[in-house]
Amino acid sequence: MEKTLLERFQEDNVVVEKLDNIINWARAGSPWFFQFGLACCAIEMMAAAAPRHDLERFGAMPRATPRQADVMIVAGTVSLKMASRVRRLWEQMAEPRYVISMGSCANSGGPYWQHGYHVLKGVDHVVPVDVYVPGCPPRPEALIEGIIELQNKIKEETPLRKKSKKV
Amino acid sequence: MKFSEIADHLNQKLVDKFVIKDGLDVLFVEPENLLEVMSFLNSDKSTSFDTLLCITAYDDKILGSAYNLFSLEEKHYIEVRVEVDRDNPIIPTVESIWKAANWHEREAYDLFGIKYEGHSDLRRILLPNDWEGYPLRKDFVTPEFYNGMPVPKDKTDWE
Repeated sequence: MEKTLLERFQEDNVVVEKLDNIINWARAGSPWFFQFGLACCAIEMMAAAAPRHDLERFGAMPRATPRQADVMIVAGTVSLKMASRVRRLWEQMAEPRYVISMGSCANSGGPYWQHGYHVLKGVDHVVPVDVYVPGCPPRPEALIEGIIELQNKIKEETPLRKKSKKV
Repeated sequence: MKFSEIADHLNQKLVDKFVIKDGLDVLFVEPENLLEVMSFLNSDKSTSFDTLLCITAYDDKILGSAYNLFSLEEKHYIEVRVEVDRDNPIIPTVESIWKAANWHEREAYDLFGIKYEGHSDLRRILLPNDWEGYPLRKDFVTPEFYNGMPVPKDKTDWE
């Protein structure tokens, strides 16, 4: 099995590696998420961040301001009134920024798909979404898998070569 | 007191100000009599409805507003309904009797468009200020777009 960056660094205090990979390693290791919730999914997000599931094992800690957050977890129903606020908060986040759409409502409108005159049918109408987490609401394990998927996605990026699809 | 006892008591004091119909334990009141009936229910010693639990609005071809009252002293409930024409839905506010009516009436105005005459601050409470129409009315048509965001579900490619 290939050794991790950290294991190679611990061997002789020197690592020779592509800078792209080192940047990705740092970014993927600390996906600080924006601490806000819109509905019942937020309860599961809180449970995921709390000690039993402990999202900080993956470097993900909640930040209460968009300026310090890397990941926006849209946890819950996005009403039309909230959609413009979600967009504005996303615009206030520093790049690189990522979005996880958590739960059926944020993915597609969920149970409000037919008669929800007030619900945006999917948060991807207003912000670009990187990872969709299905469920109603998803269990904390599902959200953790979403974070891990996002970390894998970050590790595929090429931040210095400008070939990344990410804006 | 039970509903029939309250109704009998009211019949002595407020003649022809309310009707009971359809076998419901509900007082139906005309808008112009609402304040008189409500202030009596609130101030009379034997009824003393000191708490407004809820104001509900409904659309049953005509628009209606239902008031659920409770008495903390007598421990009894009553429901009062007012029904108005949907083209000119004006009901006097009961905010002067129960302060709790303020937000309930704003909600009913927001979703059904019932105008509570004399309300101190009658504006939308849940929906955005630039929303058009009253969505819980039966004849409400969901707009295609709101501020550039599509509202109905995109069903292309559905089986």
